[in-house]
Amino acid sequence: MYNVLLAGVGGQGTVLASRLLAVCAANRGMDAHTAETIGMAQRGGCVTSHVRLGASETPVSPLIPEGQADLLLGFEPGEAVRALPFLKNDGSVVVGTLGVTPVTASLSGSAYRAVDMLAILDRSGFDVTRVDGEGLMAAIGNPKTYNVALLGAAAAAGKLLFTREELCRAIDMTVPERFRTLNKNVLFIGADHII
Amino acid sequence: MKQLLMGNEAIAYGALRAGVGLVCGYPGTPSTEVLETVARLKRAGQAPDVYVEWSVNEKSAMEVAAGAAYAGMRCMVTMKQVGLNVASDPLMSFAYVGLEGGTVILVADDPGPISSQTEQDTRTFASFAKVPVFDPCSPEEAYRMVQDAFELSEREKTPVILRPTTRVCHASATIETAPFPAPKKPRGFVKDPGRWVIFPWLSFANHAKIEARNDRLSRELSDYPGNELLPGEGRRAVAVGGVSAAYTAEAQSLLGTRAPTLRVGTPFPFPTEKALSFLKNADEVFVFEELDPVIERELTYLCGRYGLRVSIHGKLSGEMPRSGENSVELIAEKLAEYLGVPAPQRREKPDASLPVRPPTLCAGCPHRASFYAVKQAMKGRKCLFAGDIGCYTLGNAKPLDMTDTCLCMGAGITIAQGVRHAEPDTVCFSFTGDSTFFHTGLAGIANAVYNGVDMVPVILDNSTTAMTGRQPNPSTGVNAVGEVAQVIDIAGVLRALGVSSVQTVDPLDQDAAVSAVRKAADAKGVNAIIFRSPCVGLFKPETRMTVEADACIGCTRCIREIGCPAISFADGKAVIDNTCVGCGLCTQICPVGAIGGARDV
Repeated sequence: MYNVLLAGVGGQGTVLASRLLAVCAANRGMDAHTAETIGMAQRGGCVTSHVRLGASETPVSPLIPEGQADLLLGFEPGEAVRALPFLKNDGSVVVGTLGVTPVTASLSGSAYRAVDMLAILDRSGFDVTRVDGEGLMAAIGNPKTYNVALLGAAAAAGKLLFTREELCRAIDMTVPERFRTLNKNVLFIGADHII
Repeated sequence: MKQLLMGNEAIAYGALRAGVGLVCGYPGTPSTEVLETVARLKRAGQAPDVYVEWSVNEKSAMEVAAGAAYAGMRCMVTMKQVGLNVASDPLMSFAYVGLEGGTVILVADDPGPISSQTEQDTRTFASFAKVPVFDPCSPEEAYRMVQDAFELSEREKTPVILRPTTRVCHASATIETAPFPAPKKPRGFVKDPGRWVIFPWLSFANHAKIEARNDRLSRELSDYPGNELLPGEGRRAVAVGGVSAAYTAEAQSLLGTRAPTLRVGTPFPFPTEKALSFLKNADEVFVFEELDPVIERELTYLCGRYGLRVSIHGKLSGEMPRSGENSVELIAEKLAEYLGVPAPQRREKPDASLPVRPPTLCAGCPHRASFYAVKQAMKGRKCLFAGDIGCYTLGNAKPLDMTDTCLCMGAGITIAQGVRHAEPDTVCFSFTGDSTFFHTGLAGIANAVYNGVDMVPVILDNSTTAMTGRQPNPSTGVNAVGEVAQVIDIAGVLRALGVSSVQTVDPLDQDAAVSAVRKAADAKGVNAIIFRSPCVGLFKPETRMTVEADACIGCTRCIREIGCPAISFADGKAVIDNTCVGCGLCTQICPVGAIGGARDV
């Protein structure tokens, strides 16, 4: 079984990203299972999507247990740090460097610095690939496609199990027609922002 | 071919496969996507003959389905667990009267709770209502079980509950589905007052029949594939239900253990024969289930009833938590101790002060402006702010801090009245969303007018049912399948109910909003305010605000006053990120006029 954990902040689009991965797997004839955070936490709370591919027996726990994720896709540096306990010892991390400052930090005047979180990831001993989130956000324009751009980066970095072509096919099968070209284009932009 | 379906989608597909002809419900996490899927498939022409509606509340939905089921239609009613409280009056009698067309009541439970006000267990509700309940352990099983539930319902002429939990509803799996037949043709309503009109004598007679039926089903369901014995080694066994079955299977695989397992898919009527044959081969049983100890109690009861010397471990024995979700980690830890194998090593929590992220109102949410206007208008006065269920419950968060109470759907309007009676010098406000207003708000307004209370009901009309993912409701002019529907005008409804005044204001115009609040608060009687501005998810933003860095004095008033997530501070200056939708509330708050300059997106 191949496990991918997506960790981010409500509104960043982990639900669509995990669905694209599951559709890629289904297109290869693999069984796919996912679990989403849907509900109140989608309003700026911590969200995770669990993707479990190629299970041989059912029922499958929808949530990846600690220490079992092959890949952690961090949509936000602090959320990637929070999800580290889920990684296998030889698991890897792909993280977008753009931090999302919680309102609680802004209100209390306490600093939340994404660079501190990225430093923790670097010290963790896992294989970490950084994606320039600030540059990527500026290049894609529409913040709603940050999720798909990160998938493009992970695929280009060879960390994803799936190729960009497979992601394109999944986009065709999942995303409404008028947004398909936009999403397929940001796969390339994501690939250009691997640091 | 297999397709990837969310548990809730799988339930919709299963119901259509079973020939459902009518689906109705009220949105509620984690149940919402079931009805949305049926509506989507109807719109796409894949299920053209099914009737589907968002009802105004769960009670209405249950009654609409009861009527159609009397006439022989296969029906499904969808709701979250607390929705069943609203629908419990018709359900209790529906169970006594019975039906002609098979009817499944889809009630999604929410252990955690993740997005709910209670951790009530619908398995317990089912046994109270004396209706059979199916408890799927996965999306795959939910697809099969909903079809089995329709068969059982129609055969036994009783409503049947399907009770998935959040981790089944919002999990997806690749599932082999079959085409939908046309809905089963209803025979039509056949008049028979001795059957459809509930009277004490009928209830007495049917009560006895229902108890006898449930005793029989308890034996018959022992052979149901959803109730299964998984063979293993040793006499220390486990019993599981719902998603805990999946967690336990994975925990056993991590630990390398093979304890014999009883999986219960129909917690009521409980599969007694199967459970007895399981207990006879065990010395001890550890039960893993979420919420109420339903399986644990049944097993404990059977041991007493049949004189079996088996120790039962679980919540009642104090070995498992009584609230919250289970997990593979928790079950593995308990199983390791129980079976005497080494516990898996837990991973260290990251050594960092991680950001706290409570859910917040979206950037540009009009509710923020509504709350802020009331707060400004009532500064220094003794007030109660009675909240309700919806996105606007998040008005409780600092810095707004504008939700003093939240109980259940529609309760804000009536709680405000109660506080006013107990504390007459308090100005009592209630905040109710447009969908909640139609769900259970009308009765509260009538109660206030009839009983002559002074209060200010505030209706937060954002033209959608936002928290559950923006479903239409009676104020939106659209129905569940996207057709034009008659708009029910909230102001007209309030006037018809006899309130003293109604003011409709755009909350983003703060001056107008504040003066409307002052006027309502100072008047006698029930003085309603409708704050009308669309949910930010309903439109594409045309403007965004920017901060003129030279002008910003770094006073942080913008973030301290309204807590908008688009605003943060860098190098002592306010920064507005691209989640801004240009609502302009911050421009009205900045003391030096540094925010503005709306730019095109």
